[in-house]
Amino acid sequence: MSIAWYLAVSAIVFSLGVVGVITRRNPLVVLLCLELMLNGANLSLVAFARMWGNGDGQILALIVMTVAACEVCIGLGMIVAIYRRRLPVDVDELRELQG
Amino acid sequence: MSTILFFVAGIGTIAGAVGVVVLRDPFYSVLALVGHLISLAVLFLLLRAEFVAAAQVVVYAGAVMVLYVFVVAYVGGSAADSLGDEPLVGPRFSASNLRLGGAIAGGALLIELLIALLGTGLKAIGGYGAGYAPGPRTFGTPAYIGNLLLTRFLLAFEAASFLLLIAAVGAIVLAGRRGGLEGDEEERRLTPLDLIRPQGTGTTAEGVGSGGRHSA
Repeated sequence: MSIAWYLAVSAIVFSLGVVGVITRRNPLVVLLCLELMLNGANLSLVAFARMWGNGDGQILALIVMTVAACEVCIGLGMIVAIYRRRLPVDVDELRELQG
Repeated sequence: MSTILFFVAGIGTIAGAVGVVVLRDPFYSVLALVGHLISLAVLFLLLRAEFVAAAQVVVYAGAVMVLYVFVVAYVGGSAADSLGDEPLVGPRFSASNLRLGGAIAGGALLIELLIALLGTGLKAIGGYGAGYAPGPRTFGTPAYIGNLLLTRFLLAFEAASFLLLIAAVGAIVLAGRRGGLEGDEEERRLTPLDLIRPQGTGTTAEGVGSGGRHSA
């Protein structure tokens, strides 16, 4: 398949992630949709790396995966802390960053 | 063959993404994301990114998703349902309006992205990529990626490892139990009964040593 097909798939996945971040209210699912957006970007990076026969895009995709793992780590830690404090696990009702 | 594989994996990728967004129970969303990630790894393999595909399956679909499943089980996700039926609190948007607005915004973004990606007039987008010759050290193999990571991208590699360390420390600080602040203090709180009857006045529980209120 030509590279354009992969780019189309990555655009669709990214847009679905955006829709999820806008509409969902559970912070866990919002984090999952952020993962979707990162994966869409990763797919286009790898596709462009294939296009030029150059490995830099794959390295960037790996770094993006690392950053995504860090983000999941911190985000899930925050969700656990929110749950411990008996606060609502809902992004619309959480309006203060104050501990 | 690769065309069939592309369509199977691409449909799996998009179906998994739709499942993450649409399914109500966060646990099923996590499972849909696992399917999405595995299909995406197949797409990476088709793009000759073998090491990235392997890392995707092992790190993402394995470790990170297990972390998600644990947190969903701990928080008990379905209690706080998203896409709920009650209207949002602050601005006067109902949930269906929010869903419609999100779909419109996502559709507009998709059209814009497709125009930006496919309408660029780049000749190479229509092609099948640069030349590729199979071999032990060719494009996308672990040897190739490792060589790049330890020579040209050494700084990014070290920065990523440092970032992981900071994230691990931060997660422990955020989610760690602060020495008996919440749970234990409630049990040790003084009750009116303690004022009437001080500790060690010979109840049966204290006599047999099986633990009254204070022996814990």
